[in-house]
Amino acid sequence: MPKTTHFHPRTGLLNHPQIWENWAGYLVAPQYQHSELSEYYSVRNSAGLLDTSPLFKYKFSGPDAETFLMYAMARDIRKCKPGRAQYTIWCDEDGYVVEDGVIMQVTVGEYWLTAAEPNLRYFRQIARKKEFDVQIDDITTAYGILALQGPHSLSILNELTSDLKGIRFFRLAHTQIDGHNVVISRTGYTGDLGYELWIPKDSCVAVWDALMSAGDGHNITPMGLHALKMARIEAGLLLLDIDFSSARFAWTDAQRDTAHELGWGWMFKDLTKDDRDFIGRPAIEAEIANKTSRWKTVGLIIDWNDYQAKHREAGIMPPMDGVFNEGTMNIYKISDIPWEYAGYATCMMYSSLLRSHIAIAKLPLDMCEPGTEVDLEVSIIRRSVNIKARVAKLPFFDPARKTSRE
Amino acid sequence: MTLVSSLPSKIMNKYDAIVIGGGHNGLVNAGYLARAGLNTLVLERRPQVGGAAITEELIPGFKFTTFSYALSLIRPDICQELNLPEHGMMTLPMPNHFHPAEDGQYLKLGADSYENYHEISKLSLEDAEAMHDFGYLMDRVCHSLKPLVDMIPPNTQSQDPEELERMAEFHAILEGMPEDVQHMVEKLWTSSISDVLDEYFENDLIKGMLSSSAIIGSMCGPRSKESGMVWLFHKMGEYDGIFGEWGFHKGGNGGFTQCLARAFEAFGGTVMLNAGVDEVLRKDGAAVGVKLSSGEEIYADTVVSALDPRATFLRLVDPDELPQDLVNHIKEFKFQGSASKVNFVLSDIPKHPNHEHTADIFRGFLNVGPTIDYLEEAFADAQDGRFSQRPFIDGCIQSTIDPDMAPPGKHIMSNFIMWTPYHLKDSDWDTERENLGDAVQDTLNSFFPGFNDLVEHREVVTPLDIERVVGIAEGNIFHGELFADQLFFNRPAPGWNQYRTPIKGYYQCGSGTHPGGCVIGAPGKLCSMQILRDREKIMA
Repeated sequence: MPKTTHFHPRTGLLNHPQIWENWAGYLVAPQYQHSELSEYYSVRNSAGLLDTSPLFKYKFSGPDAETFLMYAMARDIRKCKPGRAQYTIWCDEDGYVVEDGVIMQVTVGEYWLTAAEPNLRYFRQIARKKEFDVQIDDITTAYGILALQGPHSLSILNELTSDLKGIRFFRLAHTQIDGHNVVISRTGYTGDLGYELWIPKDSCVAVWDALMSAGDGHNITPMGLHALKMARIEAGLLLLDIDFSSARFAWTDAQRDTAHELGWGWMFKDLTKDDRDFIGRPAIEAEIANKTSRWKTVGLIIDWNDYQAKHREAGIMPPMDGVFNEGTMNIYKISDIPWEYAGYATCMMYSSLLRSHIAIAKLPLDMCEPGTEVDLEVSIIRRSVNIKARVAKLPFFDPARKTSRE
Repeated sequence: MTLVSSLPSKIMNKYDAIVIGGGHNGLVNAGYLARAGLNTLVLERRPQVGGAAITEELIPGFKFTTFSYALSLIRPDICQELNLPEHGMMTLPMPNHFHPAEDGQYLKLGADSYENYHEISKLSLEDAEAMHDFGYLMDRVCHSLKPLVDMIPPNTQSQDPEELERMAEFHAILEGMPEDVQHMVEKLWTSSISDVLDEYFENDLIKGMLSSSAIIGSMCGPRSKESGMVWLFHKMGEYDGIFGEWGFHKGGNGGFTQCLARAFEAFGGTVMLNAGVDEVLRKDGAAVGVKLSSGEEIYADTVVSALDPRATFLRLVDPDELPQDLVNHIKEFKFQGSASKVNFVLSDIPKHPNHEHTADIFRGFLNVGPTIDYLEEAFADAQDGRFSQRPFIDGCIQSTIDPDMAPPGKHIMSNFIMWTPYHLKDSDWDTERENLGDAVQDTLNSFFPGFNDLVEHREVVTPLDIERVVGIAEGNIFHGELFADQLFFNRPAPGWNQYRTPIKGYYQCGSGTHPGGCVIGAPGKLCSMQILRDREKIMA
């Protein structure tokens, strides 16, 4: 039997198509209704409720917890004060990215981290090698996590607790919902106003019910992974195994990316003032000094007129609704040399909201200026066809409400 | 939502272009002109832009889509070219449509084609399959015809080589169609939707459901020969490339026109509200500006009317200065508005006796018009000069999707009503307004027992109200019937179907021009193309 999350008593009944996906060995709903676009739009228009419990969850505590994280994580954990969250990455010695995740200092000296893949032994080995006195626990099954995302997410939570008023982006609150202790952070993977709730396993169903009931008048909508993946591309948030691979398990450096190559160079803007020794630091410093980044991660907006014309020439309608591709697509330079390879897109979709086909792409540094035109290779009735696309800044969509202070 | 407003101090007395009427086509037209670098002014008579596409908070917390209430035909290229997503354009999909029968049966169609197949096969297995066949053909029909919607139509009255070329292009499109597509286009052009559907379907409920687009806003029944064309026109709309699908704009259709106004202003354009226009000023056969109701004069070499053809040709200018055949044609142009709106504030979602997930069924269109016979009976009332006693109702409760339309727990319901003729035989609309409201409410109550108890407020909008408030002649929501003889070559008149008028520099871009009505934007865009081309010629 596959594993289920603590919310399954509810999500199992709500999954109308009864299709399940395997996320880290757990059953999760790719969608709850046939119109996954309706689920997607709940994040932009009302509120979507998503079960992200399969994420691996780690707790760091003990005298050296901070020292350990200063060393293991590429971003300076000292900036993550108690009651705050931090988006961070961890790298290997060569400066290649292992993974990304959100870490929170839940109480003084106690940190919780989410990760896409198992990392317990990896972290513990670092601790053992450096002889840090840190306790690292896997708390994956002790908590369920719900993401409540969308412009109405705060209104819904405000009906259940008064402790959230004014919490800023990447801050957290300890509160109770319907008598159950929860930790709520203003974080998410949708690029919109949103919150994530850590709920002790025995409270999961009760908190789900409380949210659904408070959200009734706000069109709260259970949303599956498909809707999340659409939102995250618009938000320019990268996904492990789609936009990059873990440096731990890649076979060659061609499959690895540095933080700068993934657009995370901003994490090191204060590096000169940062006195830490952390894994990958010398390599990252060398990359900055020698400008050795091989590519950059950018957005692409596909030219609608060209897309439409090329499909019409082939005698078919230009596909829009449901276009979603997480496979690699090649990108060529527009030049006199035909099929001159430039880079590749890692995912491409039709954004209903932006009314454009958009992609996340890796391109050489001299082709990353917004507006630069490239050719994106698509297949139209079994033929490879180049369609014009323009480089755009990530994120594609970044509403003020995501970070606003009300 | 920020309402667009302009300070009087921004208003100068000379512009490159003036657009009369800040409805959606006027705003699209002005947006393109401003984008091309023209210093453009939009004059709107009312205190807000949007024309018939407005959202009004008539009761605090409740947003009424007083008139227009959903989006489909808006041209995708316009949304891109005017950067509308940047200005807040957001069209929410409709996950379901609901079609109740009088005996408590119903059809609920959604996003999954196999689920729809099984739903239809409850009534007829063959019809379930026919839905796929019909859908496949109609997709190809719409795909083939799409270039015609997005082109300036040829002028049949001109021997200009450019026009002959355009005509050749038109014929090439027609002749390039596969034979079955061509046959269907001809059939829709000339016959009733009832005849068309009879070829494919056997079940009355299914035919009733599919007929509704053929009678929207039009003084024709599903058995009238005009209805095929009306149906095809609506089918040309799309949602994310799916023909015939609709969506709700965030905040109602007024939210959409606010986006258009913001886009226009971002291109440097100016909107002036509370600025009705009395007259287009002419000098030596050319437009030179406008005279406002206030008496103020504002000048421009390009003046565009986004109003209906009657206002464009018979009110804003002196018809005596126009060719007599054009004037005659406009006088005979059929308006005969036949649609009304009845909008409600509801204390809860109405309950259908045989469907438990009630919110679901209002997240798209509720189609009250079970069979072609039901529709014909309703139409017969209108032919006798009365409003339908048991009307066709296209209902929706946008607040089930968009929580910003009503306070939590409460709802706002929009109902589009057919038929309610502008010309009543033995009465008038000021007398009949609430009687119509009662007929609609009774009808809804018969399909959703207990509906009456949910009604907290009712707002009835008759064709006369549309004419009075929005200004459209006889309240016709399309600025003139979408009948075959009033389209393409003939919209609004033969020889004057290319957005120009006999007065140099005076243009038309309302829904009374090609391709026609609905929130579509094409008249506005195509007119701007004509204007910019003409200006280029003058410069050259």
